[in-house]
Amino acid sequence: MNDSKRKLQLLDFEKPLAELESRIEQIRTLAENNDVDVSDQIHQLEARATQLRQEIFSSLTPMQELQLARHPRRPSTLDYIQAITDEWMELHGDRQGTDDPAVVGGVGKLAGQPVLILGHQKGRDTKDNVARNFGMASPGGYRKALRLMEHANRFNLPILTFIDTPAAWAGLEAEQYGQGEAIARNLREMFQFDVPIVCTVIGEGGSGGALGIGVGDRLMMFEHSIYSVAPPEACAAILWRDAQKGPKAADALKITAKDLLSLGLMDTILPEPMGGAHSNPIEAAQTLKQSLLSALDELWRLSGQERRDLRYDKFRRMGIFTQIAA
Amino acid sequence: MSLFDWFANRQKSSPAPQAQPERDIADGLWTKCESCGALTYTKDLQTNLMVCLECDHHMRVFSDERIHQLIDDGTWSGLDEDLVACDPLKFKDRKAYCERLQDYQEKTGLRDAVQTGTGLIEGLPLALGVMDFRFMGGSMGSVVGEKLTRLIEKGTQERCPVIIVCASGGARMQEGMLSLMQMAKTSAALERHRAHNFLYIPILTHPTTGGVTASFAMLGDMILAEPRATIGFAGRRVVEQTLREKLPDDFQTAEYLLDHGFVDAIVPRPQLKATLARLIRIHQPLPKVSDMPTSQINPAAEHVSP
Ligand SMILES: [Zn+2]
Repeated sequence: MNDSKRKLQLLDFEKPLAELESRIEQIRTLAENNDVDVSDQIHQLEARATQLRQEIFSSLTPMQELQLARHPRRPSTLDYIQAITDEWMELHGDRQGTDDPAVVGGVGKLAGQPVLILGHQKGRDTKDNVARNFGMASPGGYRKALRLMEHANRFNLPILTFIDTPAAWAGLEAEQYGQGEAIARNLREMFQFDVPIVCTVIGEGGSGGALGIGVGDRLMMFEHSIYSVAPPEACAAILWRDAQKGPKAADALKITAKDLLSLGLMDTILPEPMGGAHSNPIEAAQTLKQSLLSALDELWRLSGQERRDLRYDKFRRMGIFTQIAA
Repeated sequence: MSLFDWFANRQKSSPAPQAQPERDIADGLWTKCESCGALTYTKDLQTNLMVCLECDHHMRVFSDERIHQLIDDGTWSGLDEDLVACDPLKFKDRKAYCERLQDYQEKTGLRDAVQTGTGLIEGLPLALGVMDFRFMGGSMGSVVGEKLTRLIEKGTQERCPVIIVCASGGARMQEGMLSLMQMAKTSAALERHRAHNFLYIPILTHPTTGGVTASFAMLGDMILAEPRATIGFAGRRVVEQTLREKLPDDFQTAEYLLDHGFVDAIVPRPQLKATLARLIRIHQPLPKVSDMPTSQINPAAEHVSP
């Protein structure tokens, strides 16, 4: 990718870092052209850049995490599938008249082990994004996911889901074809599969649209991914009557991986390469692969009934309330 | 206003119903139909289960009244009435969530947005949950999710049907992801109930939207709705924003869902109790042969001489 294109995709908070990096580049070019040794200076500046990067990425606000989660170059479901599987074949269609491109799924092998992988798929560029509806699934997408999960359960393939959607699609046809029913059915059915289910939020976990493929034995989140009950902008519009209060809502809603871990809603946070998954997708994919394999290794030690019971107990415990004296 | 005041007022000038002073409406003596504008004596309206006598408009009824309408007198026994929300996120929008909760508790006399319990309906036992739209728009947070899950588990234990009267704007944003996960939790409990072939019937009342629609509202073995109730996943305005064309007038109404195959029947409120009882009776499993007393399997057995 050329430089100008990269700059366009810089997030606000990355700018000081980008400026420093371009200064280093300038000095290096200048030195080369004039044949001067500036390696000491460059070492210093590079150390400063590393430190700055660490500072920035270790103290991101929830809104900045959200921006990273939505980063246009963030690895998508198909990117990860390509990177982690030995082989894979995409399977299409809900068998009810549609094939929603916002959800992809298929069978393949992960480190020699047969698996079913499915997830939301955002586009890799504008045209692709339009075709894939920005990863916002229609009822047909959830029904395709269900059909594939039923298939996996019959053939004893573990189910790996990758979550990356702003929200379930809110259109006329989505309502007409039962968006609510499609998601609801998945929530219920995912509790009756015997095979291991591991769900990973790889980018944006957008409310019911995310949960519709998000019931599993292990729930994992990439470090800079988010999971929210509603898009923070929409929440701001409703609760603050001001869509500009998105950052405030993002804060209040507790959407980061760390927050969700401490609320008992997540099991594992997958660390990302410094600068976010998009700065080193191969490294992110390796982390994902290792985490999936170790989760599967644990889950295969249980019987199908045990997995179902534990999955039930896991979600059964979710919620915080008190009991008052009568 | 006391009853005496009311009589005094009436003697002064017995006005035509249309000319009732606003005060009487506010005091609840008379109720104005928000659909056709007709003023009806509230007691008459209550006798008709809050369905307008002029235009059949189904006015909102809240949990106490709904329970009274559906459950045989003296058979209701509330469950988990001591559960309260506790603001785990320390959430504050224009107002702090804990204050908001307190306000709604004082205003409604409820602890949260659902009442659950067991009782009889035409003598048939059932587990009933009734959401209450007055309490933060019937939104589902940890308490609503927990109470409904316990209710469904109770239904499974007691081997009885579960009925949930839905009325909700969706997940309660003030509890963030804890609210979203209640959708999965209630669906899990319904999966177990269903695995035993026990009956579950949600009743969709105005309005049933968002996360409730995308979980237990749509998971019924049979799904009933009240006439003209708004039922949908995304809010109408959100859908309008994503489209340029105008939405059909009946979009996201009970009738629209019936047309598109997502609701089994629209049942006017005055027939709801009888309809539920009828459905429960039809689905009551016949006793298995092995469960019957020997005399019923083989009546002749009694007459066999020793
Ligand atoms: Zn009327």
